[in-house]
Amino acid sequence: MALIREIDYGTPASAARQQVSLEIDGKTVTVPAGTSVMRAAVEAGVQIPKLCATDSVKAFGSCRLCLVEIEGRRGTPASCTTLVEPGMKVRTSSPKLHKLRRGVMELYISDHPLDCLTCAANGNCELQDMAGVVGLREVRYGFEGANHFDNKSKDTSNPYFQFEPAKCILCSRCVRACEEVQGTFALTIEGRGFASKVAAAGGSDFLSSDCVSCGACVQACPTATLIEKSVVELGQGEHSVVTTCAYCGVGCSFKAEMQGNQVVRMLPYKDGKANHGHSCVKGRFAWGYATHQDRITKPMIRAKITDPWREVTWEEAIRHAASEFKRIQGRYGKDSIGGITSSRCTNEETYLVQKMIRAAFGNNNTDTCARVCHSPTGYGLANTFGTSAGTQDFDSVDAADVIMVIGANPTDAHPVFASHMKARLRQGARLIVIDPRRISLVKSPHVAAEYHLALRPGTNVAIINAMAHTIVTEGLTQEEFVKERCELAEFDRWRKFIIEERNSPEAMEPFTGVPAADVRAAARLYAKGPNSAIYYGLGVTEHSQGSTMVIGMANLAMLTGNLGRRGVGVNPLRGQNNVQGSCDMGSFPHEFPGYRHVSDPAVRKSFEDTWGVPLQAEPGLRISNMIDAAIDGTFKGLYIQGEDILQSDPNTQHMTAGLQAMECVVVQDLFLNETASYAHVFLPGSSFLEKNGTFTNAERRISMVRKALPPMGGFEDWEITVMLSNAMGYPMHYNHPSEIMDEIARLTPTFAGVTYEKIDKLGSVQWPCNDTAPDGTPIMHIDKFVRGKGRFMLTEFVPTDEKITRRFPLILTTGRILTQYNVGAQTGRTDNNVWHTEDLLEIHPQDAEDRGIKDGDRVLLTSRAGETSLKAKISERMQPGVVYTTFHHQFSGANVVTTEFSDWATSCPEYKVTAVEVTPARQISAWQQQYLETRKQTTQIEAASERSR
Amino acid sequence: MKSETMVHNANQIALFWLSYPHDEAVAGVLSHLRRYWEPRMRVQICDYVAQGGGGLHTLALEAVRQLS
Repeated sequence: MALIREIDYGTPASAARQQVSLEIDGKTVTVPAGTSVMRAAVEAGVQIPKLCATDSVKAFGSCRLCLVEIEGRRGTPASCTTLVEPGMKVRTSSPKLHKLRRGVMELYISDHPLDCLTCAANGNCELQDMAGVVGLREVRYGFEGANHFDNKSKDTSNPYFQFEPAKCILCSRCVRACEEVQGTFALTIEGRGFASKVAAAGGSDFLSSDCVSCGACVQACPTATLIEKSVVELGQGEHSVVTTCAYCGVGCSFKAEMQGNQVVRMLPYKDGKANHGHSCVKGRFAWGYATHQDRITKPMIRAKITDPWREVTWEEAIRHAASEFKRIQGRYGKDSIGGITSSRCTNEETYLVQKMIRAAFGNNNTDTCARVCHSPTGYGLANTFGTSAGTQDFDSVDAADVIMVIGANPTDAHPVFASHMKARLRQGARLIVIDPRRISLVKSPHVAAEYHLALRPGTNVAIINAMAHTIVTEGLTQEEFVKERCELAEFDRWRKFIIEERNSPEAMEPFTGVPAADVRAAARLYAKGPNSAIYYGLGVTEHSQGSTMVIGMANLAMLTGNLGRRGVGVNPLRGQNNVQGSCDMGSFPHEFPGYRHVSDPAVRKSFEDTWGVPLQAEPGLRISNMIDAAIDGTFKGLYIQGEDILQSDPNTQHMTAGLQAMECVVVQDLFLNETASYAHVFLPGSSFLEKNGTFTNAERRISMVRKALPPMGGFEDWEITVMLSNAMGYPMHYNHPSEIMDEIARLTPTFAGVTYEKIDKLGSVQWPCNDTAPDGTPIMHIDKFVRGKGRFMLTEFVPTDEKITRRFPLILTTGRILTQYNVGAQTGRTDNNVWHTEDLLEIHPQDAEDRGIKDGDRVLLTSRAGETSLKAKISERMQPGVVYTTFHHQFSGANVVTTEFSDWATSCPEYKVTAVEVTPARQISAWQQQYLETRKQTTQIEAASERSR
Repeated sequence: MKSETMVHNANQIALFWLSYPHDEAVAGVLSHLRRYWEPRMRVQICDYVAQGGGGLHTLALEAVRQLS
């Protein structure tokens, strides 16, 4: 594949329906009203020279290079700021225009270093291109006068890109991209006239500034002023591979620009329907982990976890793993082994693992890491709407009038969608934030929440019930929608429940801590929309009432008729790239692909017929059940693909005990992760750059993952599962992941129309994709719910059993930060560490003062489950009585403190509520000391010299 | 699974269904145990109830009795 350079139309597309026809250089072109002449020209196949225009930002009209002549008009207007009109006749080339443009270029070049041959942008520089287009042959002004050639002010502080002001032409594309695309407003033009320069606000350089390193400015820069350091070091790529990001659930499309098997840079792909050419610091820059020296590329085995690892052949490793699993089943029974996948795995990989477990292991002990994040979404939405999925596409937010963000921190965890959302908020949509912390979205440049309901952790259901109570009792119900679209008997019962005084905002205020008047006002705002959309994250699901809260939000959306069209809906923001997909693929122990229960005889038969073996009709063990069963002595073997349960799951000591109780733990991963410390077989996995497959993002969008590099360990992950299954005695025959997708489509009604060919053709496709919706379904439940009628369910508020006490008077809630991702296995092996070197404990100033804690002090964080130590960060983002930390770094041990409490329906851990105490500490915790010793002992790899003895 | 964990989990399920009419609530708990609890967990809770079922919510007790 050649290097892909998308067409730059110069200005954004117009959404107008009315069409306008005009003539450009004698060619007739028809475009939507509101389109610029520049864009219309590109549509007509005519490229008008430009520098300050690019189609990711609004027209600016500063460079004066895109001048045109229009019949009947005086002068030479800029084509970027001139809109098309019916019958307009435009001329883009004439001696006069040529002279004007050449004059403009002369001025630009008179203050630009002529080092093109050694410039990093050589071959990909718009200034260079325009000099060629206008035929610049001389610079009459010379280069002796005042200029900006001094490159001493080059800013290399950012680990991923540099800023060289000497090459800046002050087109403001970077400033406008930061404002319009990213919405951070970190860049500005400082000074006036000749002294004007681009500056990053909030610090002395880019690194210390407000810049969030999304890369939008670098992408917008037409010269080498802002350029990736990898390009400076390696040069321009020679071919591109379009693939899907391996980080969050937004699922951004990227072009991996390559030199042979070397990634030069990752550029967000403009045709990506989830990201529309935007990116964040993780996807754009944090890909170096894929070739990090910590990668394990040879299979390894060991008899005991205290033994050093021994490198073996693939054949030996697979044979050993299969033999151990078979031995364990022979001794302890068929149900004594199981497997877990990660949402970092592809659809094909997760499908194959659950198939192997059901067909080769002969049980349903399959689970996935969505268990610990969005499993309540599955339960709640399936029971109310009929299927486990978000209702909208991301673009739907463009039509939202009211956006309600609940328990999510999109600017950190879903940055690209957050930028999209902020753009809509700047257009005038109104914002409600429900979160214990004052997240960035509450107040950031040109965005402010009208209501921030800073509830106490664990009281989501109280808030959602109080909002519903307000809406019903104040007569704001969308009666027509409820009557036509919902089960009336269920609604009537729910209505009687919700109007009870105990569900009123006033009655709930003592629990939530949120003034009743604010709850009522927010409820009215949401109810009156007219288009109101809910976006939510793990602050909803990771509670003992996670599923109840999802049901509560579904009730609220049905009550107000906010479903089935653009601008509305109930939208889970999925944490990892393939949370949706791994759930779709039957990774949970109770259901086959497509969310169909294992007890359904017809469904089970369809799988039995295709897979050729009888399948169990009983649900298998969830992750937490597997660990409990291991401690009980009935579960002895585990295959884990891509997941680090020891770091990411709660109650680390309990997890450690479970893993230690097993006789064969097989870890398939890029690195010796924390779980691998307790493993007996290590199988080298492949990064997203090294394999083919698909990811399904939070909007049900299935996108291609395309191989850019050969797998460092020799095999793609799906191939390893095939080898293991074959060795277990259940042969699998696939030549390519597309054949796995074909099988998924044959067996899963919502995927019936999905093929690699279709995804390639359409770019991506959103399920359901079948005969009814051959090109996919951007918005669900338009005329009726998947289950037919929507079902209101009762959502009694039940306070969590995790209570604060004198001994543990604070509530700990955990979450994520922009620059790091999940357990840090990926971002922790990149330069993203410059922003976040360790997990910190955020604490309110009053709580800190009460305990004699100063900013930066090491503190001991203790709960009934365990204790760890972290450095304190005093922050008014926290409310008194609540502390917060992240779990990105292994040594922090955030999950040493979290408990076994979980969601009533799905066992999703209650990460968001742990009663703790914080005290000053002089040294690291006992757990951390032990961790350092154990980790060293359990990760040794036998030297080659010892092997040869 | 520790008995106290099992009892806690079962009671949480019962508390969700508690708002529903009695028979529907028992059926809700029963269905949940059948659909989501692996057989050895169901055996464990049945054995626990057979030994008295101390600490279990009455709805959970009724459901488990029907389970066995």
